[in-house]
Amino acid sequence: MEDQHKTITQALCYHCGEDLPKVKYQIEDKDFCCAGCLGVFKILSENNLCNYYVYNNSPGKQFKADHRLEYLDEPKIVSQLLDYRHESSSIITFYIPAIHCSSCIWLLEHLYKINPAIFSSRIDFLKKQVTITFNHEEISLRQLVEILNQIGYEPSISLQDVVKEHSGAINKALVLKIAVAGFCMGNVMLFSFPEYFGLSSFEQQFQALFGWLNLAFSIPAAFYCGRDYFTSAFTSLKHKHINLDTPLALIIAVLFLRTAFEVIFSLGPGFADTLTGLVFLLLMGKWLKQRTYHHISFDRDYRSYFPIAVTTLQNGKEKPVSINEINIGDRLWIRNGELVPADSILMKGDAWMDMSFVTGEAEPVHKVLGEIIYAGGRQTSEAIELEVVKPVSQSYLTGLWNNEHYKDKIEKQNFNDGVAKYFSLGVFAIAFSATAYWLFQSDSHKAWSAFTAVIIVACPCVLALSTPFTLSAILAVFDKQGFYVKNTDAVEELAKSDTIIFDKTGTLTSSEHAEIQFSGTLNQEESIIIASLLRNSAHPLSRHILKFLNVDQFYSLSDYKEVLGKGLTAVVNGHNVYAGHLSLLPKGIRVDKETGVHIVIDRSYKGCFEIKQQWRTGLAQLALKLRKFSLQVLSGDTDRDFWMLQTIFPKATKITFRQSPHEKLARVHRLQKAGKKVMMLGDGLNDAGALKQSDFGIAITDNINNFTPGCDAILKGEALGLLPNFIQLSKDGLKIIKISFAIAIAYNCVGIYFAVQGTLYPLVAAVLMPISTITIISFTTLATRWFARKNKLI
Amino acid sequence: MNILYFLVGCSVLMALIFLAAFIWAYRTGQNDDTHTPGIRMLFDDEVLKEKSEEDHFSS
Repeated sequence: MEDQHKTITQALCYHCGEDLPKVKYQIEDKDFCCAGCLGVFKILSENNLCNYYVYNNSPGKQFKADHRLEYLDEPKIVSQLLDYRHESSSIITFYIPAIHCSSCIWLLEHLYKINPAIFSSRIDFLKKQVTITFNHEEISLRQLVEILNQIGYEPSISLQDVVKEHSGAINKALVLKIAVAGFCMGNVMLFSFPEYFGLSSFEQQFQALFGWLNLAFSIPAAFYCGRDYFTSAFTSLKHKHINLDTPLALIIAVLFLRTAFEVIFSLGPGFADTLTGLVFLLLMGKWLKQRTYHHISFDRDYRSYFPIAVTTLQNGKEKPVSINEINIGDRLWIRNGELVPADSILMKGDAWMDMSFVTGEAEPVHKVLGEIIYAGGRQTSEAIELEVVKPVSQSYLTGLWNNEHYKDKIEKQNFNDGVAKYFSLGVFAIAFSATAYWLFQSDSHKAWSAFTAVIIVACPCVLALSTPFTLSAILAVFDKQGFYVKNTDAVEELAKSDTIIFDKTGTLTSSEHAEIQFSGTLNQEESIIIASLLRNSAHPLSRHILKFLNVDQFYSLSDYKEVLGKGLTAVVNGHNVYAGHLSLLPKGIRVDKETGVHIVIDRSYKGCFEIKQQWRTGLAQLALKLRKFSLQVLSGDTDRDFWMLQTIFPKATKITFRQSPHEKLARVHRLQKAGKKVMMLGDGLNDAGALKQSDFGIAITDNINNFTPGCDAILKGEALGLLPNFIQLSKDGLKIIKISFAIAIAYNCVGIYFAVQGTLYPLVAAVLMPISTITIISFTTLATRWFARKNKLI
Repeated sequence: MNILYFLVGCSVLMALIFLAAFIWAYRTGQNDDTHTPGIRMLFDDEVLKEKSEEDHFSS
């Protein structure tokens, strides 16, 4: 066991489990891949926290340095973030995406060992949240975040606080109602039992007691647990339309009135068991419908991508300011790697903006002085000074969320509400004709009992149950395959869609598995020279290329110079070496390509490293399987991949390039106006508007903890090929619901046969309802599993 | 059989106590996180003492 453990750790970094580079960092007998991982290990071992490595092999994540945390010293921002502050102690909840194993829990709950000013810390593993209580007189919030950063658990602090958004999301009131309804149902069943078996003479004395107790339990069941059905029915009647809650509210009311009537006048046992059972089951269905994923946020917008604060220049001094307080005319100071939060004009510095999130374009764009830089761009070279021309909420990109198009999205009507209208009308027709018949026979007692019995028996509770049960079973199937759908209503939208739009960058291509290619040739000596140069840079490209070169020997260098975002130059072993963007290269060198990292050694051009975007696997098969849909590709990028896309997609596919976020949104809107049900697949902020506008928006990601724009579903990149199966299963789901509806009608016919005769005994109702419910629930579960197997999803 | 009146009262009272207990537990957030406590209880104090001798003797 011990030996095995050692062999594993020998090949991999002891902290993060990455492959070790040829030149590794060592301490004691342990190997590390980088100085960051080594640093975390040192901190942990100084604080006797090495138990971290006992629970899991290499539990850490690779370390990213360079954070700007000055804004956490601003009292205004701090008070926004804190959950609670009293005298000397403060409580704060952070969302930490890096939490992934039991070692993380162990370490983060032992934070008090690193700094005694931290009183306690508690993790919610599924939500990836840690709640920390600390003494703010001894340690500032900034220091606290610095400690977390040092041990590799960087909290994600953004404008849209994921933590606070979630705290109110769970419907606590519903769970309490279910508890009360279950309590009522259990007790009522207990007191109704003697009635089911027939009462012997000496039990007769208890009949009145049981009746009154049942009535007492019915009151909270009908008026506390069932209150939502009444309010919903009233509002829908006010708008002159019938939803599913209308007949349900009517049934609850009729059941309660008839029970009260029978108990008070000692006419019979009443229908308390049916009433409480119905309310309990209805609430269960509602709960299934509302259930969603705790750990995935579907409603993110630009605010969760933007930082909470930005550095401004006031009278030449740097001052962090909360993003909401930025006004037109403010001067912003944006450093390398930081995001421009509002549309602004470049005043000073050299701007190389990575606009991939705004436009989908992969290459950084060069901006000159006086040019407008749109919000959402990320600076990739030196620090720049900007003047704000539009406030954050009205900038080019953020304006997508305030787009007026969303308003004309009609309220989606699902299958249930559509059927509810006809169902209610049918039930009323039968109930009134039965009443009329018995009145005609001048039997007013039977007329009343027939009327109430028809309404009780024809309960559409199956409708209210089969949909959530079927669709949530489908959600569970999707979940296992890496397809996370927001809620059950969204599954119906998925089934209806007939047009599919794909984004290109990040959706059809994968950002995770970028491959490095070198055009030109390098001998061993030259490789070593380049590696020696790149070794000194922390830029992700340099590290990628360094890994690609895979050299185990380095030269010393002199005159090292790094121009941020552009490249490196130095003298290595007597050779002048350049690596980087075109504009950095010495003049007079002819180059045939623009993009990529160009290499020049001693004034001779050696070639360039290019990152090649990799297409996701199985795209051609996917397009083939989806040929029944009308397909489109909307790319924000240039048309260099046109021929490639044409080989993948069928001829009829419309492929459009250079689409701005607004054009994408407009395209979706136009299709919807033409009566299409649009499904949109995208990944970045540039697709956000289209994703929101589409009938079913899917955000594709390779890591579900990464940022995804607001959408109806999140799909893991590797599961893209299963999309046709997902769509088919959702269609089968609607079929299941329709079949279960037919079964329910069959049961109702039996019930109505007794009901119209005015002879419905409570026992029949009490037996019929659970049997039909059990039939429906088991049918939907089994049928969903069968269809899932047929679609090869389990 | 009059004892039944008492027993029925008892059963309703018991049920009410359980309901109240559930509501209290739910309101105070005991059901919010059902995953982490299961992991937390598996952390071993023994290993910690072995690994860090000073801690063991000083405490």
